[in-house]
Amino acid sequence: MNARTPLLEVRDLSVSFNTEEGTVPAVDGVDFRLHEGEVLAVVGESGSGKSVTATTLMGLTRGPNATISGSASFEGAELLAAGEEELRRIRGNRMAMIFQDPMSSLDPVYRVGDQIVEQIQAHRDTGSAEARERAIELLDAVGIPDAARRADAYPHELSGGMRQRAMIAMALSLEPSLLIADEPTTALDVTIQAQILRLLEDLNRERGLATILITHDLGVVAEVADRILVMYAGKVVEQGTLDEIFYDPQHPYTWGLLGSLTRLDRPRPKRLPQISGSPPSLLALPQGCPFRPRCPHEFSKCTELPPLEARVAEASGQCDRCWLAPEEKREKRVVGGRIGLEAPTA
Amino acid sequence: MSADMTRFVVRRLLSMLLVLFAVSVLVFLIFNVLPNGDPAVRMAGKIPTETQIEAIREEWGFDEPVYVQYATMMKKLFTGETISYFTQQNVNEEIRKGLPRTFALAVGAAIIWMAVAVALGLYSALRAGRISDRFLNVLALIGISMPVFWLGALLLYYLGYKAGIFPNGGYVEFFDDPVQWFWHLVLPWFALSVLFIGFYSRVLRSDVLETMGEDYVRTARAKGLSERRVLLRHVLRNSLIPIVTLWGLDFGAVLGGGAILTETVFNLQGVGQYAADSIGQLDLPPIMAVTMFGAFFIVIFNTVVDIAYAALDPRIRLEGRPTR
Repeated sequence: MNARTPLLEVRDLSVSFNTEEGTVPAVDGVDFRLHEGEVLAVVGESGSGKSVTATTLMGLTRGPNATISGSASFEGAELLAAGEEELRRIRGNRMAMIFQDPMSSLDPVYRVGDQIVEQIQAHRDTGSAEARERAIELLDAVGIPDAARRADAYPHELSGGMRQRAMIAMALSLEPSLLIADEPTTALDVTIQAQILRLLEDLNRERGLATILITHDLGVVAEVADRILVMYAGKVVEQGTLDEIFYDPQHPYTWGLLGSLTRLDRPRPKRLPQISGSPPSLLALPQGCPFRPRCPHEFSKCTELPPLEARVAEASGQCDRCWLAPEEKREKRVVGGRIGLEAPTA
Repeated sequence: MSADMTRFVVRRLLSMLLVLFAVSVLVFLIFNVLPNGDPAVRMAGKIPTETQIEAIREEWGFDEPVYVQYATMMKKLFTGETISYFTQQNVNEEIRKGLPRTFALAVGAAIIWMAVAVALGLYSALRAGRISDRFLNVLALIGISMPVFWLGALLLYYLGYKAGIFPNGGYVEFFDDPVQWFWHLVLPWFALSVLFIGFYSRVLRSDVLETMGEDYVRTARAKGLSERRVLLRHVLRNSLIPIVTLWGLDFGAVLGGGAILTETVFNLQGVGQYAADSIGQLDLPPIMAVTMFGAFFIVIFNTVVDIAYAALDPRIRLEGRPTR
């Protein structure tokens, strides 16, 4: 990594929610930096805290039941402490977000073009005709054919892929420096997924748009990410560059994620590999490493939570939370000739 | 769209005729099987002779077969010749007299109950779970449970008779004295609105709360819109759709003479009160006329509501099939 001032620096971000069953620590001590033009992928299962991390940066988790601590500085502004008006001026303008389900993320009662115009006019003193022209331009730029006509369409008149393109066009309307994409391809079918990913990649390359890509799909990550943050039970368990995570993963959970990727260039396994068990309830986390109950390599030290720190000598900023020694890891992560998590001996 | 629209309206008109026909037959038959309902006996006075009754039967055509009587009645209804059995007044004339009063009551009350319900419902949703929300909830329940005749009587007694702030019932023509017209309508408007306010504000509250959890509301916030704009343009706009439907139907019902109690308590002499008086006398012609009149408005407003619905929600097409 270099010494430039990062575009976004998140330090010790914690978010918890008060619920009827108790306090849920959804995000616990997350740190990361994002530089201009970088694509950071945040991966993990449902409930690992990736979406909460992202929506908190946008100020969308604020509420009487949420407790947020830590710091997140973005272009010199402190997002977590910003007042509503300051935050309003940043979001949609300097940082924008697209969501998982394009079917429900656009307001059904307004025309797509008008929804983009609304965002432009929320931040700029732009005339309606000019804003509309800009909206059509944007729709065209994200690959919507016949953009002028589509601008007058209602969301339900567009396909899922078109709607997600429209969402992206809207997010880009004020040329933000940061785009947060929360599982942008999950609700789409596979061919459309590839198109949307290519679009995001192009935008990143052409406009130097820094992107936080939240996903549970490592296949998606391999396509576009520069760096990866692996989250589990609200904590970052490993982070590093794309190559480090894919070729020298340190945390058994990462091995499990990589192991459950099906690859077309290998003989088809009899059973699809999976990580057995399910993520722990955030209300009753195990003592120590949260992955311990599902980890076949657990040993005595694991009842103590390992800090997130660099454990591989030659790595450039790769950190993880696992007590195993790097040499042990290299040996243990190989399952059937590739990286994976062996089934627990039961 | 316009071809669709024409087809829709034509179909609605046809079904309206069917509804009106069914309503008229039903009302007519009910009055023919009602005990003590023989109009000739009731018209003949206190101690009639058999000859007198027979004479009346013959004169009014009560000795004809039922379907002939029905046909005659419908014919008179549509040519405006229906005469009340008991007051001998022309029924259409009476309804025409009552209509402006009922109209004034309905329009004023509908505006009041919608405006107040939207304000209270939105406020309640924004304060969901807090004291003010609970207080409004209790208030709404009281409003829904309070009978109009009781509330109306209380208002008249305390604010009209005792305090003398408002007139003791009655109606003044708008063109005679607009101020008095307004003053006479304040209590009826209020009494009629209370129930609807209670009901609508609760419906709106839950719709608003539901809409606030929608993904597109999160998108609206993420776009950097002001909270006010998010609430009005996105949350309220979508939450209003079900309420507007109710509004149209209730307004049609009140306009069609449905505010029988309010009109009677405040002696507004509107269509509803006319219906109530006629029912008290088992006077079939005005009951037929008012029922048809009411059914007409309800069906009309049903159609208006469907059209409004399609205008409010672009996903809904009048023909019920998706575009393209």
